[in-house]
Amino acid sequence: MQVPHARGPLSAWVRDVLVGVDPGHAPDVPEDALTGNEDAQLALWMTYELHYRGFDDVSPDAEWDLGILALRRQLERRFEEQLRAVTASAEVPLDTDVGEVLLDLAQSADGPSIALRLQRDATVDQMRDYLSQRSIVQLKESDPHSFVLGRLDGAAKVALAELQYDEYGGGRPGRLHAALYAQALRAAGLDPQYGAYIEQASAVTLASVNVMSMFAFNRRLRGASMGHLAIFEATSSLPCRRISRGLERLGFPEDVRAYFDEHVEADAVHEHVVAHDICGCMVAAEPDLRDDVLFGALVCLHMDDLVACDFLQRWDSDLQVAS
Amino acid sequence: MNEPVVVRQCVDGPMLVRGADVVLDDQGNEHRVTRPVVAVCTCGKSQRKPWCDATHKVIPR
Ligand code: FES
Ligand SMILES: [Fe+2]
Ligand SMILES: [Fe+2]
Repeated sequence: MQVPHARGPLSAWVRDVLVGVDPGHAPDVPEDALTGNEDAQLALWMTYELHYRGFDDVSPDAEWDLGILALRRQLERRFEEQLRAVTASAEVPLDTDVGEVLLDLAQSADGPSIALRLQRDATVDQMRDYLSQRSIVQLKESDPHSFVLGRLDGAAKVALAELQYDEYGGGRPGRLHAALYAQALRAAGLDPQYGAYIEQASAVTLASVNVMSMFAFNRRLRGASMGHLAIFEATSSLPCRRISRGLERLGFPEDVRAYFDEHVEADAVHEHVVAHDICGCMVAAEPDLRDDVLFGALVCLHMDDLVACDFLQRWDSDLQVAS
Repeated sequence: MNEPVVVRQCVDGPMLVRGADVVLDDQGNEHRVTRPVVAVCTCGKSQRKPWCDATHKVIPR
């Protein structure tokens, strides 16, 4: 993947470091909300991407460049603070069993539904927009959580390994979920290459994948990483069924639907595994992690709402332009 | 392997089954288990029986 083009001073600075141009002093991190700031989110995304697949013609040493890490710390601090602030007043069901709290939280999600729109009345172009934006997350599906595995122990670790084995195809390379997504893109006539749509990725799309990386790369936030995952899995099965129906309505080929059909079934299992076997066991072993598990869960719900609004706003303003 | 098959009933949800090779549906048809854990529908409303497809979440109880 090529280093993406800059979208402002922060991403320009990171890009300069990566391509070997003298970047000068790192710019200040803005005070206002980072979730909608595409420059800040792209900069953060580039710093994380060095740990995943890296970039063409960028030295692998850039992964631990001290300037990049220093900027990332500032971006992460601000981003985490803001996420804590927006989720601080959320109501959490009272239940002693953290697994049940997580499943109840997922059940109570009442934001706008992108899946309903895709099922019933999205156009072919909107479906393609959805598929290409989500490729930023889905082509490295489950990879953030693999970084957490080495930080857990006992039953929670065994359960996460069990989950990842399923996400990673259960011993069959063709069933790797990220590969199923690539196959879906290809069948939809889109580019299946990792990072192909990074230039088009919106601030919110980038933010939604950056929270997963932030939670996974900071050991301190391992509880948040797993709480986020619980909501991610528990809000997937029914929406995937709707998206599959939308794809059918629009006449997309079977191979596009296969990814979503797999997730109807897989995530109906995974939600219980993550809520009870990972988060439940994790909190039983380390009770102090309960608050962060719930924080991660609330962040996932918050991001899901932002992602849905991001698509709906874009599509509805297209409509206005067209009419 | 002598590991026992473990079945767990989820609250208002499916049964999680670990360690099984085959699940028989209500017609007696065999379904091979291809995941480390499977969720078997117990609400009767799944459209992918015998597997749970999360339909239980939207049926009033
Ligand atoms: S138990 Fe989940 S669909 Fe029946
Ligand atoms: Fe998956
Ligand atoms: Fe999953």
